[in-house]
Amino acid sequence: MSQDIYVIIEHLRGQVADISYVMLAAARALANANGGKVIAVLLGHAVQPLASDLAADRVLYMEHPAFADFSSDAHQRALERLIKEHAPRAVLFGDTTMGGDVAPWLSAHLTLSLVSSCRALRVEDNALKFVSQICGGKLMAEGDLPGPTALVLMVPGGFKPEQGRSTQPPELTHIDAPALEDLRVTVKEYIEPAVGDVDIAREPVLVSIGRGIQNHDNVELAEELAKALGGVVCGSRPVIDQNWLPTTRLVGKSGKAVKPKLYLALGISGAPEHVEAIGDCEMIVAINTDTTAPIFDIAKYGAQIDMLDLLPVLTEQVAQAKG
Amino acid sequence: MNIVVPIKLVPDLVEELVIDANGARLDPTVLRLKLNEFDDHAIEQAILLKEKGAGQVTVVAPDVDGADDALYTAAAKGADRLIKLTGNWQSGVNNHALARAFANLVKTLRPEVILTGVQAHNDLDGAVGPQLAEHLGMPYVGYVSGVAVCDGKVEVRKEFPGGLIAEMEVVLPAVLGIQAAEKPPRYVPISKVRQTMKTAAIEKFPAAELEAGGAPTAIRLFQPPAGARAIMIEGDADAVATRLVEIFKERGVL
Ligand SMILES: Cc1cc2nc3c(=O)[nH]c(=O)nc-3n(C[C@H](O)[C@H](O)[C@H](O)COP(=O)(O)OP(=O)(O)OC[C@H]3O[C@@H](n4cnc5c(N)ncnc54)[C@H](O)[C@@H]3O)c2cc1C
Ligand SMILES: Nc1ncnc2c1ncn2[C@@H]1O[C@H](COP(=O)(O)O)[C@@H](O)[C@H]1O
Repeated sequence: MSQDIYVIIEHLRGQVADISYVMLAAARALANANGGKVIAVLLGHAVQPLASDLAADRVLYMEHPAFADFSSDAHQRALERLIKEHAPRAVLFGDTTMGGDVAPWLSAHLTLSLVSSCRALRVEDNALKFVSQICGGKLMAEGDLPGPTALVLMVPGGFKPEQGRSTQPPELTHIDAPALEDLRVTVKEYIEPAVGDVDIAREPVLVSIGRGIQNHDNVELAEELAKALGGVVCGSRPVIDQNWLPTTRLVGKSGKAVKPKLYLALGISGAPEHVEAIGDCEMIVAINTDTTAPIFDIAKYGAQIDMLDLLPVLTEQVAQAKG
Repeated sequence: MNIVVPIKLVPDLVEELVIDANGARLDPTVLRLKLNEFDDHAIEQAILLKEKGAGQVTVVAPDVDGADDALYTAAAKGADRLIKLTGNWQSGVNNHALARAFANLVKTLRPEVILTGVQAHNDLDGAVGPQLAEHLGMPYVGYVSGVAVCDGKVEVRKEFPGGLIAEMEVVLPAVLGIQAAEKPPRYVPISKVRQTMKTAAIEKFPAAELEAGGAPTAIRLFQPPAGARAIMIEGDADAVATRLVEIFKERGVL
């Protein structure tokens, strides 16, 4: 066993995901405290250049055509051997659509402990600790990072991606891929994100609705306010899953990150998957009947009031103010 | 085709979450559990598959408060078989133990497709689905928002960030983690659930010793420290609207 911290680099279609840099920064903080090294693991097909800005002591690069697209089957097999042989102190994965398919499988397969939704890792009295955010952001869970090797699924928020980027290319070591024939999971094709009439990532005023909108008919109320404000309506995942708004209007982990001047969050609880995409908003105003809703922790202004009462009144007052 | 949907009950976030005296878990005496939202999507997707072709849907739940309700509701929606895993769930259970318990039962059901919710908001040790897949020696794909079965394989739509979707082929039998069913989960009126309770039976299957190995221990739960909390605007809708218009003007939005 070593004290090294391994980071599984997540990348898609030629781009390293921000979460990879966040994890490198987290790994560096741990490694500095416990004397290990930061080792980045890059699995891919013809993606060696992606290693150049990873802030790691070393990059282990495993090249194979099976890694051209993401296949959980291929990643599980490749990492199973690597983790067993190297036995690092911790292996960090993104708590994402990729890491989430791989780390729990490895945990069961290698009988290694797993911590998910992890926001922060730190060393305290020579012991490694994790802090995870659960229950839609309403609770934190803290504990000792299990040994000898812990698998960790990391969510964003602990570090900024810039902190995991380096201008100095790291040392790169090629490692062999295992046999990856007969994959049971393969990508056939990609369906590009729908292009809508508006790009919410560029809109300066967003009226964002969550499950608090209650039904399809009420969406009209939000549309009217948006019209009065000269903005557009977007929403949280439950609203999109109900087909009350098109997928192009989804804000969050599986949708878009937004950065408007005004983000008016109506009936949105502020779950981590939503919050990670609104961190760059200039001003968040939250309307929610539940004072303990986590959205109030990141909003500049808030009101504990029924959004359905507020909407028509606010629309009228905004219209009046504009004259 | 045999479809199994293992479900999980999670704290209802609408209720206040009370941490017990030991500080390591939620106080079970005031805890209200409800069906994991993504499991509801998994049940819906299973029933949609059943409606598209022949198939039997079995829903499996740990025997905790709320399990009967969740199972009967699934039956009212179209599930054929309901099974409760009995065991000592009182001490609070992690996904490692749950996945092992599910695996023992699911093996006996010989399913072609297993649909789980992609995750649950109280997961602290990874999702159940990929662990279950490992125990059963099956492939796993999660974050799925569409499933079609065609001779020995399934075609699934897997979500990537930013709205990108990959169409993937997965060899059966397989475990799929459902993020969203192809259609919003159907609603069944309480009256229909009550009716189902009279006709549907819940089978029981004993879970062996629950093994929690692989999950973190020594946990302390706490409410997130209140950071820079929002400045709260008091008053009724009129008062709030008036203040918001002022703020919008100050900020140059209006
Ligand atoms: C892999 C994955 C990806 C995800 N990606 C995303 C994503 O991209 N975007 C996203 O948003 N979510 C995403 N989610 C879902 C996320 O976990 C939450 O479930 C979701 O954000 C909750 O949406 P919500 O806040 O609208 O609903 P809820 O959490 O149900 O909150 C509704 C809120 O409305 C309030 N409310 C109710 N009625 C009223 C009223 N009349 N007036 C005022 N307030 C009211 C309630 O107090 C509550 O706080 C993802 C989940 C997973 C597992
Ligand atoms: N075959 C390998 N190729 C590259 N790096 C490895 C290999 N095996 C182990 N490592 C990791 O690289 C780290 C640094 O290695 P070294 O600088 O040679 O001591 C070690 O602590 C190992 O975790």
